Amino acid sequence: MQFDTQTTSLVNDAPDISHLMKQVLYALVPAIATLLYFYGWGVLINLALAVVFALALEGIALWVRGKPIKPFLNDFSAVVTACLFALTLPPLISWWVILVGLFFAIIVAKHLYGGIGYNPFNPAMIGYAVLIVSFPLQMSQWPGAYPVTGEWLGLSDSLSIVFGQMNADWDAITRATPLDEVRTGLITGQSFQDIVAGDSFGWLSGVAWQWTSIAYLLGGLYLIKARVISWQIPAAVLIGLAGVAGMMWLVDSSIYASPLFHLFSGATMLGAFFIATDPVSASTTPMGQIVYGASIGFFIYVIRTWGVYPDSVAFAVLIMNMAVPMIDYYTQPKVFGQSGSTHAKR
Amino acid sequence: MTSLVQKLWRMRGGVHPEFHKNDSTRQGIQQAGVPPQLIIPLQQHVGHLPDLKVAVGEKVEKGQMLASVSAVGIGAVIHAPTSGVISSIEERAIPHPSGLNGTCIVLDSDGEDNWGNQRFEPHSDYRECTVESLLARIEDAGVVGLGGAVFPSEVKLASAGESNVETLIINGAECEPYISCDDLLMRERASEVLIGIDVLMHLLKAKRCIIGIEDNKPEAIAALNQALAQYKAGQQNNQASDHNQKTLPSASLIEVVAVPTMYPSGDARQLTRILTGVEIPKNVRSTSLGLLCHNVGTAYSIYQAVVEGKPLISRITTITGTGIKAPKNFEALIGTPFSFLIEQAGGYTDKAERLIMGGPMMGIALPSDELPIVKACNCILVSSRDELRLNDHEESSEERLVMPCIRCGKCMQACPVKLLPQQMYWHTRARDFEKVAEHKLSDCIECGACSYVCPSHIPLVDYFRFAKTEMKAQQHAAVKASQSRERHEFHEFRKEREKAEREEKRRKQKEALQKKKAAAGDGKSDDTAPKQDAIKAAMERAKAKKAALKAAAENKQDSSDAV
Repeated sequence: MQFDTQTTSLVNDAPDISHLMKQVLYALVPAIATLLYFYGWGVLINLALAVVFALALEGIALWVRGKPIKPFLNDFSAVVTACLFALTLPPLISWWVILVGLFFAIIVAKHLYGGIGYNPFNPAMIGYAVLIVSFPLQMSQWPGAYPVTGEWLGLSDSLSIVFGQMNADWDAITRATPLDEVRTGLITGQSFQDIVAGDSFGWLSGVAWQWTSIAYLLGGLYLIKARVISWQIPAAVLIGLAGVAGMMWLVDSSIYASPLFHLFSGATMLGAFFIATDPVSASTTPMGQIVYGASIGFFIYVIRTWGVYPDSVAFAVLIMNMAVPMIDYYTQPKVFGQSGSTHAKR
Repeated sequence: MTSLVQKLWRMRGGVHPEFHKNDSTRQGIQQAGVPPQLIIPLQQHVGHLPDLKVAVGEKVEKGQMLASVSAVGIGAVIHAPTSGVISSIEERAIPHPSGLNGTCIVLDSDGEDNWGNQRFEPHSDYRECTVESLLARIEDAGVVGLGGAVFPSEVKLASAGESNVETLIINGAECEPYISCDDLLMRERASEVLIGIDVLMHLLKAKRCIIGIEDNKPEAIAALNQALAQYKAGQQNNQASDHNQKTLPSASLIEVVAVPTMYPSGDARQLTRILTGVEIPKNVRSTSLGLLCHNVGTAYSIYQAVVEGKPLISRITTITGTGIKAPKNFEALIGTPFSFLIEQAGGYTDKAERLIMGGPMMGIALPSDELPIVKACNCILVSSRDELRLNDHEESSEERLVMPCIRCGKCMQACPVKLLPQQMYWHTRARDFEKVAEHKLSDCIECGACSYVCPSHIPLVDYFRFAKTEMKAQQHAAVKASQSRERHEFHEFRKEREKAEREEKRRKQKEALQKKKAAAGDGKSDDTAPKQDAIKAAMERAKAKKAALKAAAENKQDSSDAV
């Protein structure tokens, strides 16, 4: 009897890419629910539009590039990019802003570089960075959280705002984000303690942001437990950020925000567990991941404190994406037999 | 007695595939019997091709030497597995990944399986034998490492003898899925294995021996422990009264240790680390660290060679997989065609789509079941395509499409030697072999754990094998290039030298001529002198030319030797 002689691999039931990506989506559920509670329908509209746009753009890109469409759409990577991207946007943002952002995320940052696996930069963060540079007004119109404003916008009104049929009275709806508030407060000479004593602040940071951050943290811990991500990057981001913030806070706690405030504000938790851990654009060696994560934490603090933008996770991640090839090269683990345990510990 | 092994060291990386060992362990080892025709490849070991000692048409007895260790260097003896007639000696397909043919002795058995007087003298008194005589016996019996490396055991032991081996490690881990030949050997022939180990202990003068077995083989562990306990009891009784009880001088030095089931714990260096904590670097011999590792199957073969006087003419082979109706283990003669064993295992099921020699992780795919069992053949796995995916980008079905690497690092976590497969893969695809080498590709043990865990279904280990051969070819090309450059330079040098010699000669001639002219100008002189001079010069020229030709010929020969 004759047989095929190509080399073979034992088939395993190990998770494939789509499984890993679905795990990420599940891990986002608590945060999405929290945001939904605080900000209303706008959150879901963002997500739905982003997923539809992302899949359409991904499909077009695959078709133009002559790649098989079904298996690549089924890998769920575009859906994950879309969701992460959508969660960084203010709810009720115009639909075309989402489309522009995703064009840069999916087409420019991902497919022009060769598609999944070949993008040196995190696609969602490229999309975000393009928007915050190009449309700073739209990107800063965060509605106030429901418990603070006491206003809950209905679904049809939300849709009308998103599709531009209703001109929102933005002044009535929007509130400065906690990071913004602290930033402007500090510039105008208020002390940090006085600022966070305000209505919109809770015991960690902003009322809504602290709970959202906790939800991201829970989702992130699930991802570590499910072995979708390794602990190194998130731990290093958080410790890196808290370390720098803690030092500055000890220097002068009235003009520098507390480390806890930094950890639970803005996109810190989202960035640490969901953005910085994007395997394609992150460092892959155990030691490199720590260097990479800690550097992101450092840059988050530096840009937040002394930069132009209130939040800085996107820029911190993109800066470190550039350094990944070098980090990986210089942090190769010692191979078997080279780690000095040759002479037995018997 | 206190335990020799205080603790186990955790393996780095590793994977946990379905092991499927029970498929083939429901029955004991079956005797496969004598097939009508045996195909015995000459090359079944690491080393040189052995020198043929028989001719076509010759009648041979069971155990008769067919080929002896090559005069050129290391190798192993090949024996007739049964009695019969050599019907041909020809190039045939052999079970080797290259798919190339090799010289095979085809033996038509006479069905009598007659030893004649070919058996060696049994040495149950091996403790009285000299190391040299035991090593000679192991060499004469053609024993090679049966764990897969098929390195001549005598060579390994002789080189170990030069250094001080303190710990002998016996590898009974058998970590690859499906394979169970060592398991059954230990279950059924534990005391023979232990005697083989005792021979090794005597040879090496080692201070202790650890038998490492994965904990998914409790029966094997129990069997060895029981046999060991009997020997120990025998020893105590012996001291009291001179009963004729079984004894084993090194029994108190041997310990059976269960190691956690985790592929590839059966790699010699991995097992050594798990049992002793010592990481043997690549390019370092374990013996220089006082350690030596042998497979249980090899220990058994050494027992057979020394104590029973039988050469290595059979081995235990697992015939298994979903493609086989009744998987089991056979004790089969070397040279038995696979099909002969598969038939006895109930034949094929309708799922027989892949034929693998070895296990599913590191085994090699073979084209035909007409190939013979060789010394390296621990397992014949016949499997379905649902279990063993072809590493082919084009043909794979959509759900098994090879996706791009997303650098998730699962391969890195699975790698037992702590490499970065994701980086090596990237650089291999870019054909940047310098970078691949910087990522320590040469340390890769090709265990396939990375391919197994890859969520993108990338056949990583295939890429690494490709990179290794490619790098070897590049090195070879570089050596060749430098050789031909040297040759070219020498050629140029010789041309220069010849030119200089010619010039010199011409100058001398001219001088001579001028002298003569001057002499002629002086007055009368005979005409013959210039003529004679010219003849002489011509003769010299011819001589020089001859010498140059000879030098050129020699040079050519040298260079062809070098290649």
